[in-house]
Amino acid sequence: MKNPLKVLSAFAATAALALSMSGCGGGDTPQASSDTITYWASDQGNSLDDTAAKLKPSLDRFTEKTGVKVKLEVIGWTDLYNRILTAVTSGDGPDVLNIGNTWAVTLQETGAFEPVEGELLNAVGGKDRFLQTSWSTGGAEGKTPTSIPLYGLAYNLYYNTKMFKEAGIEKAPVTWEEFVADAKKLTKDTDGDGKPDQWGFTAAGASVSANSHQAFVRGLQNGGTLFDKDGKPTFDSDPQVQGVKQFVDLMAVDKVMSPSDAELSQGSQKVDNLINGKAAMMFDQSPLKNFAARDFKDWGVAAIPMMTADATGDRATQSHVAGINLSVFKNSKNKANAIKLAAFLTSDEEQVALNKAYSSLPVVSAASKDAAFQTEEVKAKNEALSNHSKPMPLIAKEGQMETLTGTAIKNLFAKAATGTVSEDDIKAALKDANNQMAAAQ
Amino acid sequence: MSHSALDSGKAAEGSKPPANPEPDGPTQAPPIRKRRRSFLPYGLIAPAAILELLIHIGPMLLGVWIAFISLTQLNLTNWLNAPFVGLQNFINGLNPESTIGQAFFSTVGRTLLYTILVVGFSWVLGMAGAVFLSSNFKGRALLRTFFLVPYALPAYVGTIAWAFMFNQRDGAVNQILVDTLHLFGDHRPFWLLGENSFGAMVVVNVWQLWPFAFLMLMAALQNVPNDVYEAAAIDGATLWQQFRTITLPMVRPANGVLLMVMSLWTFNQFNIPFVLFGATSPKEATLISPLIYQNSFGSWNFGLGGAMSVLLLIALFIASVFYIRMVLPKGADND
Repeated sequence: MKNPLKVLSAFAATAALALSMSGCGGGDTPQASSDTITYWASDQGNSLDDTAAKLKPSLDRFTEKTGVKVKLEVIGWTDLYNRILTAVTSGDGPDVLNIGNTWAVTLQETGAFEPVEGELLNAVGGKDRFLQTSWSTGGAEGKTPTSIPLYGLAYNLYYNTKMFKEAGIEKAPVTWEEFVADAKKLTKDTDGDGKPDQWGFTAAGASVSANSHQAFVRGLQNGGTLFDKDGKPTFDSDPQVQGVKQFVDLMAVDKVMSPSDAELSQGSQKVDNLINGKAAMMFDQSPLKNFAARDFKDWGVAAIPMMTADATGDRATQSHVAGINLSVFKNSKNKANAIKLAAFLTSDEEQVALNKAYSSLPVVSAASKDAAFQTEEVKAKNEALSNHSKPMPLIAKEGQMETLTGTAIKNLFAKAATGTVSEDDIKAALKDANNQMAAAQ
Repeated sequence: MSHSALDSGKAAEGSKPPANPEPDGPTQAPPIRKRRRSFLPYGLIAPAAILELLIHIGPMLLGVWIAFISLTQLNLTNWLNAPFVGLQNFINGLNPESTIGQAFFSTVGRTLLYTILVVGFSWVLGMAGAVFLSSNFKGRALLRTFFLVPYALPAYVGTIAWAFMFNQRDGAVNQILVDTLHLFGDHRPFWLLGENSFGAMVVVNVWQLWPFAFLMLMAALQNVPNDVYEAAAIDGATLWQQFRTITLPMVRPANGVLLMVMSLWTFNQFNIPFVLFGATSPKEATLISPLIYQNSFGSWNFGLGGAMSVLLLIALFIASVFYIRMVLPKGADND
């Protein structure tokens, strides 16, 4: 009897330990009562608390109007995708949630979200209320969308005007060549210890999603694409490698980006660098709330540099069609109230209030005419979104593509920070990502 | 087993004397009592067995099933209809020519090295601490509490604190090593990127694990009678000889279990890399559990993740059985 018992106990112990790793995440979703719904909001403020504070007046108005309470959880960008995946996998999620709009098609394929049709479509006032570029990110082309645009965003170049002035730079760079040249001028050793302590450019090198956006934009500017016409991944094509190389070279070759940036995973950390004078330029979607919170006024905004000033078509891409969408969880036990919240947050009044608070763009036509959105910064963002943006590939495996290309660039930045990165390294990293993408398809 | 209970009942009945002077006497009772008694252990163990089945065995079998199907986001919410692909997920995971297979094999090797280093260092520190605190001296209780702090601290809190300390620009580690001790000259090393990330992960895991070894070994050392050491000392045994010939053999049963449990925990380590590095670890520090997580939740290739989990389970099972049969002292389960 002893040996079978030993074997059985070893098996049980091994099984328990091997399976314990699958217990991460999930399981803490609050149970909503009939007059309470749960809402997962993405981090749109300076911090999770700031986002919640800015959202609270809207949610209070919603409760006042409908009698429905909202249990809010704000989730940081580094956790959001995984949290959504866990919710989708377990079927135990919030009633309403935010998604990055680039994930819309991937998440649509799970079937975990309510299609935007019938009651839900009527509640939000139909698709014609919305800006069509934003509406197009709700799901795959030709399919019923499963997410509704909530906030519109686009990348622009933000810079520290004081540092520009000190470096004798009069206007923002237009071409990539000018951008690198300016970044070099702005990279300085200010305390005389022989090492730069002011950098021309800053980016969150460990942010997987931000890196994947750059892989997309820089690839297009160089004449590449992430997928060919047949839908096969082409991450390691020459123009793609060239595009990624330009971005990684900012740290590896041009030396205009601090090696410390390889550890930054949050976009707000690079905004800090700009405000503190540690770096002069950055690519960002909506840093104004951070600038305002820190009372930082020495900033300027311009378009993301292109390879040539007169580039057209895909080569003139400066941003992906960025933004946040809102979905109703199919498993919601409070669907009627969840739909009410979706309608409320996309109403004209709340669109003005929320997008003003988060320095993002309204996604409904009526709200975008409000005086609050006629500033130079918003105009620049609008210009990028309307005339220089392309949606990230609208494919079911978009999420995987972001993870794979973003992680490859994250690892390349890590390599640049701790040693050197050759073109072969970049090609090998993108080839690995490409092979994994192909295997996942 | 119930068969034997019936047999014993029959045997009792068979032994009944033909002429019973007291028909309502105790001779009728034993078969019923014995039958009841023989079912009792199974009744008592049933709740635990059912829970074990529901909590461990069921999900494990589900995990094994997932390894044989193509489970992606397309069929996740209707996983019963996911196509059966046989051994394809295993072939993908084990193909040394493919990127996925190469990553799997290099990760297994790295995880083995990681386990050896973490368990080795944790055991040495735990044993040293336990031996040190086994003698009576002033402040012993305070030191014992101090040693247990990493174990008492929630794992996430401790690891997040380490992530801050290892930060290249502002972390305490570089403040001490570079700014105060001037150990690396002008160079500020990265601890969470590149090759150093593996070492950083070992440090954090040892910091969290060694108090457990310390606790277990300290408990085991309490059972070693002091007069054995006294007799050895009278015979002229050195401290090292006492440790080698008395302490080590006396704590062997505890050591056997301790090393196995620590090895299984460390081989499956997920929390530390996830908190230190985020959802994707640096290449140089990717362990098997985070790799399975990346394949499952990063690439949404749950079949491949399931196949790797099954391979991991089989490997650990074989290693555990081998360890229990060959390494653990024969009388260990009687202790």
